[in-house]
Order: sequence, then structure tokens, then C-alpha cells
Amino acid sequence: MSLDQPQLDTSPHVSDEVRKTTCYMCACRCGINVHMKDGKVAYIEGNRDHPVNQGVLCAKGSAGIMQHNAPSRLRAPLRRVGERGSGKFEEISWEEALQTATGWLAPLRAKHPEKLAFFTGRDQSQSFTSFWAQGFGTPNYAAHGGFCSVNMAAAGIYTMGGAFWEFGQPDWDHTKLFMLFGVAEDHDSNPIKMGIGKIKARGARIIGVNPIRTGYNAVADDWVGITPGTDGLFILALVHCLMQAGKVDLDYLARFTNASVLVNEDPKSDQFGLFLRDAAGQPQVIDRRTGQLAPWNGHGVEPDLAATHRAAGITHRPVFHLMADRYLDPSYAPEAVADRCGISAQRIRALAADLARVAFDEAITLDHAWTDFRGKKHAKMIGRPVSFHAMRGISAHSNGFQTCRALHMLQILLGAVETPGGMRFKPPYPKPATAHPKPHGKVTAGAALDGPHLGYVQGPEDLLLHDDGSPIRIDKAFSWDNPMSAHGLMHMVISNAHAGDPYKIDTLFMYMANMSWNSSMNVGGVHKMLTDKDENGDYLIPRIIYSDAYSSEMVAYADLILPDTTYLERHDCISLLDRPICEADGVADAIRWPVVEPDRDVRGFQSVLCDLGARLGLPGFVNDDGSAKYKDYADYITNHIRRPGIGPLAGFRDADGTAEGRGAANPDQLQAYIDNGGFWIAHVPENCAYYKPFSAEYQDWAVKMGFYDVMQPYIFQLYVEPLRKFQAAAEGRGHRQPPDHLRGQIKVTMDPLPIWYPPFEDGHVDPAEYPIHALTQRPMAMYHSWGTQNAWLRQIHGHNPLYVPTKIWEAHGFKDGDWARVTSAHGSITVPVAHQAALNENTVWTWNAIGKRKGAWALDEKAPEATKGFLLNHLIHELLPPRGDGLRWANSDPITGQAAWFDLRVKIEKSGIPNEAQPVMPAITSPVPQGPKDIAWTSRK
Amino acid sequence: MTQLPASTAKKLGLVIDLDTCVGCHACVISCKGWNTENYGAPLSDQDAYGANPSGTFLNRVHSYEVQPEAGTAQLIHFPKSCLHCEDAPCVTVCPTGASYKRVEDGIVLVNEKDCIGCGLCAWACPYGARELDAKEGVMKKCTLCVDRIYNENLPEEDRVPACVRTCPAGARHFGDLGDAESEVSQLVAARGGFDLMPEQGTKPVNKYLPPRPKDVVPEFDVLAPFLDPVATDGKGFAHWLDKALSALPGGAK
Repeated sequence: MSLDQPQLDTSPHVSDEVRKTTCYMCACRCGINVHMKDGKVAYIEGNRDHPVNQGVLCAKGSAGIMQHNAPSRLRAPLRRVGERGSGKFEEISWEEALQTATGWLAPLRAKHPEKLAFFTGRDQSQSFTSFWAQGFGTPNYAAHGGFCSVNMAAAGIYTMGGAFWEFGQPDWDHTKLFMLFGVAEDHDSNPIKMGIGKIKARGARIIGVNPIRTGYNAVADDWVGITPGTDGLFILALVHCLMQAGKVDLDYLARFTNASVLVNEDPKSDQFGLFLRDAAGQPQVIDRRTGQLAPWNGHGVEPDLAATHRAAGITHRPVFHLMADRYLDPSYAPEAVADRCGISAQRIRALAADLARVAFDEAITLDHAWTDFRGKKHAKMIGRPVSFHAMRGISAHSNGFQTCRALHMLQILLGAVETPGGMRFKPPYPKPATAHPKPHGKVTAGAALDGPHLGYVQGPEDLLLHDDGSPIRIDKAFSWDNPMSAHGLMHMVISNAHAGDPYKIDTLFMYMANMSWNSSMNVGGVHKMLTDKDENGDYLIPRIIYSDAYSSEMVAYADLILPDTTYLERHDCISLLDRPICEADGVADAIRWPVVEPDRDVRGFQSVLCDLGARLGLPGFVNDDGSAKYKDYADYITNHIRRPGIGPLAGFRDADGTAEGRGAANPDQLQAYIDNGGFWIAHVPENCAYYKPFSAEYQDWAVKMGFYDVMQPYIFQLYVEPLRKFQAAAEGRGHRQPPDHLRGQIKVTMDPLPIWYPPFEDGHVDPAEYPIHALTQRPMAMYHSWGTQNAWLRQIHGHNPLYVPTKIWEAHGFKDGDWARVTSAHGSITVPVAHQAALNENTVWTWNAIGKRKGAWALDEKAPEATKGFLLNHLIHELLPPRGDGLRWANSDPITGQAAWFDLRVKIEKSGIPNEAQPVMPAITSPVPQGPKDIAWTSRK
Repeated sequence: MTQLPASTAKKLGLVIDLDTCVGCHACVISCKGWNTENYGAPLSDQDAYGANPSGTFLNRVHSYEVQPEAGTAQLIHFPKSCLHCEDAPCVTVCPTGASYKRVEDGIVLVNEKDCIGCGLCAWACPYGARELDAKEGVMKKCTLCVDRIYNENLPEEDRVPACVRTCPAGARHFGDLGDAESEVSQLVAARGGFDLMPEQGTKPVNKYLPPRPKDVVPEFDVLAPFLDPVATDGKGFAHWLDKALSALPGGAK
């Protein structure tokens, strides 16, 4: 053969057009370039200009083309014709569907708005869906945060005005040591990977704290294979070491935290444990200049961390004294916690010393002058280049709220929040709990709710309780069961509605949450709750409306299906009023727009809500003459005004499109976003890049941009006074009192300073009988249940073995190909096992939401997802097992109500090899045809 | 049999950083998407929604657990695609001349028009980097995105392989490994980049950067002084605090 090479066209036509929109293959919301050929989607890549992903894109994002074309897409509105759960439907017209929904909902609104429970799952339009629910008048609205990461969010907001991910990020450009705690690998997907790449390129170190060494932990320089549920104890041991060595940033603590605020120390006082306040209600500190009391925010005040104050016979001590009392106690010494954490005392000390070394010996200084809210001018910005990130791994425990608080306390003690090299908030955060709404629940027949549903309580007076003490909300959010349930409790809605506790509802309306499968604990039990009938043969939950784009497991359990579009066929806004996509250096929002029109009889759910809102005459959805206010969601995005000058999108406002933040509606706003690549960003001025909560310059800019209407500097709340108020109520103080059975729990858990207590499951099941911790992780290449319908992604994660550590593997004599029976106090599963050495020795785990029910997602009933794939959910119950006190305790965090997925304890035994993973659920009838056998996806003809 | 060029003007290839790769499969799917739409036949998938889904991929990520004799087990993510070898056995084994190595840049390609799908090249490749597309019956392999890297219809910054453009962790680098001054060559030199299975004699152009040493517990003696207790004078933490505060700038007590 010769060396003649074929002629090759190295500049082939790439695409006819690139349409820039926002990904929805997970919650990360990256910018994407959708390449179009002949009117079809040809290729998807990351948008280089986009603040979130800066051009890169993960496997899910690139596989969006297969999601968009998935055979599981619903095709038309459906009405149930078989028994609930059978999957038997008939296709109906949209007019019929909307009339049906209106016919169900209008009478409820007229008489009992609370009989609608509207829960919107993995909704990225919560400021809109909550506005709809508020107009309807039901108190029963939330999205999925209650079973996801409310502990993380709420602990962050109460402590420092924001948490990780959407709230804040490590200072990737300056940090020298990055410590990563238990993470769902998709939150925050691409930015974390980009950050890890960045700091590795600089030679900075990464420490991974996680029972499982995969993904980010696999590239960590040090892996700390901690015992699940003990992260808080480990963190408090680090705090113990750092305080004992004086390796805390005293200047930062005095100025920018409430470590200097004075606390009433007299147990006999009705103010015991509360802050000393002046007549204006401002917490008091001792001013080092005068030795006298002063308000924390007084001009020029130099708060003292050490001085105490005695007045009217009562000693008041600064919070920092209380912290020293608690955390210097030997019970937090590494030697005292090592066994429980599964980390040697020497390793804990070495890690603490490393944090101290980097924070203080490698401190960095930026020559940026700034002015704090007390008027003090600072010539430099001092950085403690230690940063942290955490997500569900530490929050999905019954001690998760306090663990997340402990982590924030550690960051703050090091002076590593909002300082160079530490953690940086993303505008419009930081925003303290007091700047958020309080929850609202006042129901008036035929009228709107009295305010936003969700918010941040400041004490017992803000709970949503009837006069008889019963919860106002169906999910019992903001009740004594879980007073600070800032995201609601979607995971309790079905069981409470089924039990009629606290009351019966009529219609359950849900969006984008697979509540009959991977998003519920106790899957079989939930199927029963959804299908149980009363003595008249009527369903105990009378009506269920569900909106989803795909043939998920939940579809079979609804009476009426409103089919949604794919993410490439719809309008959306990623709003500052909602869960923003900002970066530390910029405030940003974004849109989705129909880069292709649907080829099915489906409609974007938010447009359907505009239509339903008009049919129901909801305030905000009709004009004065009763006509529909918004033609569709795009119309709402463009024209809705939430506060004067503030709409869903902050960019390109005013008629000429030049206003940012505040401005009048602009009829051409969406086109301006499209022309700008699908997003808008405004950069934070350089002199307020750090110290945002305390910086006069930042506060001024934030008001200008419309994040809030008046400047509201604040200090970090190491001591959370609202927690103390609940604790005080449990001690019998005050008028609003918890039920007696909850007093003990509230006293112990709602401590105003971070604490650790064992996961609740440890006290309800016998740790000797169930010695093994069981966890799930979400793979980087799959999001929830949505991924497995994707022909490309399912080839990466088509089934999910249970990973077993060496000690247990050998003790049971497991071999490759073996199966095991795994049993919890609630149930059993029989599943394939695989060995993993890089795993905490008492922990087993599997990938989340790979297992599928037969008949769902347009997959073959013999698909590995349905035969070998499995869910751990079968082992977890929304209630803890009875322990003989006559009560059933929730399997959730007692402060926020977050589902305690990761408290699970199991035992394991070798089993025979069954035909399929157990339990096997009967197949559901698919409302869509099964996907094609072979594909070669291309826009080419 | 097909001949290899005696030398190539450039040695274009990838440098893959095993210290940074988190195993996210972004490169796998980005590659699948681009190459399904571009060079040669689309990459097909069989039984795509069925019991045994199996498709053609030009790049896959394998994960290997490594258990050192002493110390903690580690997980290494290992992306693998054609290494564009200088002595590519897949080229010399090709009976039709379909497989060839380009003289200008060293990229190994399959001219699908001449490929008879005999599979000899896949057998000859010691890395398992070629896959026969079950639908078209032609051999598919990494093209180093030859239809991107020179493509004048793409912005200049996008003229890199799809896998490199998309990698979120920045673990993939593209360039001329024949030029000692190139960024990729410098990276290989600085980080001790290595050949995959050099004993096969294929002289792969692609290089891998090794993981940095992990779990190296520092001598605690070195770190211990950072945790020296402050309240050793018997007067307690509060006394130390008073002293420490008075030493702070801005305010004697």
C-alpha cells in the first residue's frame, strides 16, 4: 500500500445556527450551546461565556440530546382509566384536562383552599409556583428541599446568611487548602470540578471527608473515611484543638460575629440564654474603647470578646466565653471522639494542625481598602486561605442541621468566610435569616394566603399552629415537630394526607418529583397510601394531579397528567427571586427558551399554571376585567412585577434594556437575553469582593441592584438566639409551649451553639443487630431517576451493585457475582454486591436512583435497571421504628424536618442468586411505547 | 499491509492528568455527541432501551481500585482512547489501507470507505482503543477530532478535541508532543508524564500524568507546634484570651 492519504475535509459544516440556553440535565444550570442542523438539535456543548460552567459541560449535559429525544416523553394530557397504580390512561385534549383541573380546584379554593396540597419537586421556578400557590390560598406548598438539603441551607442562613452551592463557593483563585465533606456529586457539578482542577494546577491541597472514596474524594490528597453521621463530632474535635491552641481569628470573631455579644447567664431570669439588648432591641457588646455597653453595630464600636457585664444582679458573658466552656471540654478532645468517628486521634490532631498552619502561617493579604458597617476603614483584606464545601452527605442525617452549623462555626473561627482564600458568598447572598420572610399560613376561603409560605422563624411566635396547637400545614412544617423547616417537608405529604393527620386533603398536585419511587422513603408503603380506599371505595387521597415530561414511576399514581415539555422546548427563568446562578464575582440570572418547538401535544408546566391561574381567577393571574393576565410563562417572565422595579429577570430592564437590577418591564427582555447568550451578569465592584455582610460598599451596591431595599449589614450568628427561644419554650418559658412529648427532644437538639448527638436511628434500632451504615451517592453522570431513560448515560450506569468494604466482604465470604440480603428495621432487599476497599469499614453504599420499576421510562421490562438495579429506599421509613413509648418519631432532623436518609443502619447476609433484585414490584402499564431497539442518533438524513 | 509514515511533521495527541480526573465521563459523552454527528458513520447504540444496551464509544473511562501493601486504598479514574501511536500496529495490520497515520500531524484514522470491518486492527491494538460499529460494520476510533482542530467554521479557541473542550476538571490537554517547547510537552516534562504500556513498543503519542502521592501523613512532630495549647500557665483560657486581645491592634483593654 502507498502512503497516499485520502483527501479529508477538515473544515466541515458544523451547524446552521447555535442557540444558547440553559441546561436542565441536573440542578447545576450551566449555559449550553445547542447546535442546530436542519431545524434539529445536532450537538450540545458548554457556553464559554456563561458564569456557571465557562464552556465546560458534564456527561449529563452533553447527553441532553438523548433526553430531549427520549422515547419516554409524554405525548398528550392523560386521564386515568384503570385503577390507580395500574398505569392505564387515555389521552385527552388540553381543554378537557384544564377544565377537569379547574373543576376540581375551583370549589376547593372557594371553601377550603388548604385542601389543595401543591408540591413542586425539583422545580426551578419556585418564586413563580409559590406565587401561584399563594394566590390560590393554600398554606400547603413547598418544593423538594425538605428531603434534599434543607439542613445545609437553613444552617447556613441562620448562621451566616448563606450556605454552599447556590449561596457560596470557595475562593478558588486563592485557597490553599480545600476540605470537602460528604457531597452529592452533582451539587455543584461543573463548578466544583473546575475548582478542583484550578487548585490542583496551583498545587493546593484537597482533603476529602467522606465514608466513600469515589469521584472528588478519589482525587483528594488526603481521604478521611469517616463513620457516617459523625461529621459533627469530628468537626467539634477540630474546633477543640484549634481553640485550645488559640488558633482562631480573634479580631475577626470580635468584629464580625456575635462571639462578642453578651448573653444572660442567670437560669432564674426569663431572659436566660438570650442576648442583652438595649431599648432599641439591639444586642449589646462591651466597647473596648470605653469598657461600656454598646450596640453591636454602633459607630466605631470595638467589640470585646472577653469582657463580661453584670447588671441587676445578672451576669452577662460574651458568646465566646460560652464557646470556650463548651468546646475546650475534654469530651471534644480527639481521643474522646476517635472511635466513634472512625478516625485516629493523631489524624484529627494532624488535620487540625494543618488547618491552623495554612490559615495563620500562610495567610494572604490583598491591598484592597474597604470600610466596614461601623465606619472603620481597613487598609487591607486579610485572607485565611482555607475553604470548605459540603452537601447532602452531612445534611441528610437527623443531626444534620447542627452538623452543618458546626462546619460553619469552624469556618468562622478560622476567619475563613468572606475573606480571601476562604469561602465567598454569591450575590444576592449573603442574606441573614432576619432578612428572609417568615412563614405564612393564614387561610381565607376564596382569597390569597397572607404571605409567602416558606421562611425563617425567629421563635415560637412564628410557628404555623392553630390555636389548639395543631399544625396549619399538611406536612407539619413550622410546627414543634420541626420548627425551622424552611423548605417544607414534601416527603411527609403523602403519608400525612393518607392518615388525615393533621387533616384530610382533597387534591394532591405535584410537579417533577418521583414520589412513588426514588424520592420517597418506604416505597411499597407509599404505593399503598396512594391507592388505599375508604369504606365507600373512594381513594383516601381523593385526587392527584401530576405534571412531568417523562413516563416516570409517579405517572401511574395520578388521576390527571399534565405533560410538560423537555428543557429545550420551554421558557424558564433562573431568577434572583429563586435559586440563582450567581458567582462570587457577579450577580447573574438566565433563561431557557424554546430552541425547538415540541412535536407532541405538551405544554410547559409554568404556562399551564398561568392558564389555570386565570381560569381560577387567582390574584396576580387575572386582569381587573377577569381576563387572563399572562398568555404564557414567557409573558409572565417579561411582565410580572414582584416589588417596584423588580421582576423575575434582573437584566435588560426598562424599555431600552439598559437597566440592571431595578427597572421597568421591557417587552423585548427575553430577546435581549437570547442575544446575550441566554444569561445576564453584572460584576461585583472590586472593593466589595470580600467582607460582603460587613462592607458598607457592598451593602450600598446590593440595595442599588435591588437584592433588598435598605442596607442591612449583620454579623455571623455563632450563637443562634432563635434556637435558644425554642429551647427556652421547651423548658417551660413563654406562652407558646410545645407538647410534653417533644420537650426533651427540643431541649437537647435546639442548642444555640453547635452540638453533636448520635443519629436518631441509633437510638431506635439495635446498633449491635444492625451494625452497618448504608448510604447512597448520586453518580456524576446521572441525575435522579431522569438519567436512565438516556440511551447514552444508561450505558455508563445501567445497574448499581451494593459496594461492600473489605472487612464485611471477607467476614461473609463474598465473591464476585454474589448477592446479599440486606435488612433494616423496616425491610429487606436482595441485591448484587461488589467489593470496594476504599470505603469506611462499617459502611455499604450504592448509586442512587438507578433502579427502575418495570414499565416506567419506556425501558424494556428486562432492562438491567429493572432487574438488577435497586433502591435503598425500601429499607428506609418516614417514621422510626417504635421504641415502646407509644409514639412514632419522624425519621428526620428535629429542627428542620430534613429526611434522615443517611441515618440508615442495616445488617447483611449472603443470599442465593435470585432471578431479580428483590423486592420485585409488578409492572405498570406504560403510557408511551417502548423505545426503539437500535439507534444511531444524528440530525443527518 | 499498510505502511506507517517514516516520520510525521507533528505529533498531535492528548495529555491526560490522572491526578485531576474525577471520573465524571464528560469526555466520553461529549465525544459520543460530536462523533455521532460528524466524522464518518454515526456511533450507533444497540438495544438502546433494552436489556443489554451496547453502543460504540471512541473514549471510555475505566476506574481501578488500587490497594497499596500498606496504607489506604485509592481509586484511579483512567480515560482511554486511541493513543495515536508512532508505531501503530493497527495501521500496519490493516489489509485494505483503510487505517492510516497522517504524515502532517500523526493522527491515526480509519478511512471508512475502504474499511471492510474485518476487525484485525482492533485485535492488533494492545489498548483496546478501537470499536467496530455494529450498525455500519466499520471500525471507529478516536480521530483526535480532526474535523474540529483545523475547522475554520469553528472559533479558534474551539479548535480542540471535543473531550478537551468539555473536561470540567481541566484534566485533558491537547497539543504537539513532537515539539519539546509545546505546553503539553512542558507539562509532561514537569509532571513525569508516562507512556501507557511502553513494553508493547507502540510508542504512543498520548501521555498520562501520574497521580500525586496521596495520604502522605505528615510527621505529626512537624505539625504539633501548631496545636501547642495556649493556656498552660494554670490561669486558664480566659486569662490567655485577655492577653491575646490586648495584643490585637486597635485596642488595648
